[in-house]
Amino acid sequence: MELTGAEALLESLKHEGVDILFGYPGGQILPVYDALYKVKGLKHILTRHEQGAAHAADGYARATGKVGVCMATSGPGATNLVTGIATAYMDSIPMVAITGQVGTAFLGKDSFQEADVTGITQPITKHNYLVKNAADIPRIVKEAFHIARTGRPGPVVIDVAKDAQVHKIDFKYPDSVDLPGYKPNLKGHPRQIKAAFKMIDIARKPVIYAGGGVIASNAAKELLEFAEKCNIPVTTTLMGLGAFPDTHKLSLHMLGMHGTAYANYAVQECDLLIAIGARFDDRVTGHLPTFAPKAKHIHIDVDPAEIGKNIKVDVPIVGDAKQILKDLIAKVEIEKGKHDAWLEQIAEWKKKFPLTYKKDKELRPQYIIEMIDEVTGGEAIICTEVGQNQMWAAQYYKYTKPRTWISSGGLGTMGYGFPAAIGAQFGRPDAIVFDIAGDGSIQMNIQEMATAVNHKLPIKIAVLNNCYLGMVRQWQEILYEKRYSQTDMCDNPDLVKIAEAYGAAGMRITKVDEVKKALNEALKIKDRPCLLDFRVTKEENVFPFVPPGQAINEMLID
Amino acid sequence: MKHTISVIVENKPGVLQRVAGLFSRRGFNIDSLAVGTTEKPDISRMTIVVDGDEQTLEQITKQLHKQIDILKVFDLPYEQAVERELALIKVHANDKTRGEITQIVDIFKAKIVDVSEDSVIIEVSAEKEKVESMQKLLEKFGIQELVRTGKIALQRGSGK
Ligand SMILES: Cc1ncc(C[n+]2csc(CCOP(=O)(O)OP(=O)(O)O)c2C)c(N)n1
Ligand SMILES: [Mg+2]
Repeated sequence: MELTGAEALLESLKHEGVDILFGYPGGQILPVYDALYKVKGLKHILTRHEQGAAHAADGYARATGKVGVCMATSGPGATNLVTGIATAYMDSIPMVAITGQVGTAFLGKDSFQEADVTGITQPITKHNYLVKNAADIPRIVKEAFHIARTGRPGPVVIDVAKDAQVHKIDFKYPDSVDLPGYKPNLKGHPRQIKAAFKMIDIARKPVIYAGGGVIASNAAKELLEFAEKCNIPVTTTLMGLGAFPDTHKLSLHMLGMHGTAYANYAVQECDLLIAIGARFDDRVTGHLPTFAPKAKHIHIDVDPAEIGKNIKVDVPIVGDAKQILKDLIAKVEIEKGKHDAWLEQIAEWKKKFPLTYKKDKELRPQYIIEMIDEVTGGEAIICTEVGQNQMWAAQYYKYTKPRTWISSGGLGTMGYGFPAAIGAQFGRPDAIVFDIAGDGSIQMNIQEMATAVNHKLPIKIAVLNNCYLGMVRQWQEILYEKRYSQTDMCDNPDLVKIAEAYGAAGMRITKVDEVKKALNEALKIKDRPCLLDFRVTKEENVFPFVPPGQAINEMLID
Repeated sequence: MKHTISVIVENKPGVLQRVAGLFSRRGFNIDSLAVGTTEKPDISRMTIVVDGDEQTLEQITKQLHKQIDILKVFDLPYEQAVERELALIKVHANDKTRGEITQIVDIFKAKIVDVSEDSVIIEVSAEKEKVESMQKLLEKFGIQELVRTGKIALQRGSGK
């Protein structure tokens, strides 16, 4: 079949099972957009900013487990994708980003809208390609998807020179990849698994510390089975929310900087820490040398480079979490009642140090999250922005299923949540999708309201409007003696009016007793987004809070 | 502690940048880096001398391995490898000093590859330490210019 490079690119995407992509056109990607005009079976969502397209592709990937695809033109289009690519990279999200590039004859000449995209994205991609020959397109697309979705997932950039989009090729899609330098190891080494058994067997106070890797490997079911069979409590990272049901009696909820006190105490006291698909990030460990000081460490990860990167491990197991958990479940035997004393101790901590906030007449953000949990029966997909809103959303909503928590953990990208919610809603059209937002963050990609309205997406944007860059203000309050330098947002625009101007619904909620009613009303709106402007207490803080550089049991509780 | 690592890479555009970028952004120290093609034209070998403890070396090796275009990474312990470095050294020389310089050149099994009225260029290929001691001995004559390739190394015997 003879196709232009642009047509071959789209055909290749279809061969990879892509049916939707998010993008924004421009001069150097015009041949692809022209091919898109005629193609069948590929839906292109025009965002209002390339950053929105990248986050939407990322949100789509997180909600579905499939590879998200975004596209932009050369130069400024591509550089606008960069924050989104870096966000996906830090959280190991499978994504393919396609960018137009100037023609090969113009490369390296500082041509109009030329940017060194493979150079710029090299440190924030799993791999990237500059395509100069149309004939390479099918192979490169095949490789890109393979790399993006296997092993430790991540974003791959394909930068396509304009002439490569135009030239004709004889299209044939390869059925396999040949990448001698890329062979992810999925099966855990039997000797290491045996060593893990031994360690689990002698432990009296074990804790499982589960990260986003459990979700990436679709291993939530196995994690539950393993934890139940061994009667071991589970704490998750921010990225791991949903990997283990928060409602389970073995759940310790989240650990780390804004984790629960009982999760942090349990980790500091445990004699065995089983890390699964987690990377000992500084927001989790606090002061590294004092992290889990009494514990032996088992570390299960598909990326060998994660093992020993931050912490010395006693038993490393490189491989796919799902596979390794299955191996562990098959053989592990724990005598009944062995961890009872430990679980009792934990129950005591839970009773003594629950997650809590002041319950009075004031409209507090934590209460709003609890109400969102209640009205959605815990069944919604919760996307978040970054800041206090994100942490309250992590703490006060009960996640019970993987892929229902969508948040920028590693990069902490403000402006991520709303476009990610758009991607998630496209991926899961029947789900209730929320973006829990801050008044600062929502203004970073508010233009995507046009995209959401255009496609009649019933996304609920719950703005916890404290008229502050709240999280930064909190640090200034606690660590900088209340010098609120450049964090006041008192001149915020009227967000309800903004929503309405875009054709979305908007509501303002100022009182506690209006919350539930407003949420229920919002849930009835099915044909457009709805922004809820919650005017919350302004100087509320997120607790627990482990000040940076402290041990995680040295947290401020209130 | 210094380690010599061999990195076998696919000869693709950007691969050198990937390696260099990885070292700089993760704060690994490169002492020297030498690249060239191997017996297969589409495969290159980089010989990198790095400075760091065992844990750093392990991270470097693993991070390099993660790169798609990198095929093999291995540490070359000194006793198992043949190591060489090539240097060209331009030294001041006149009728009085030329004889003594020639002697030093002979001791190091080096060569004089260019002679002019007031200087010579010496080519030396040896282990890094030897190159350095030769350089030291030549300093008193006045070194005008010097260039070193950085270390290259191959495993002895039938090893990879
Ligand atoms: C793109 C970007 N810029 C800056 C920051 C630093 N930052 C982290 S939280 C935060 C405040 C967020 O304010 P808001 O969205 O109102 O959320 P709140 O904390 O008030 O809930 C800022 C500025 C960031 N994470 N991302
Ligand atoms: Mg705010």
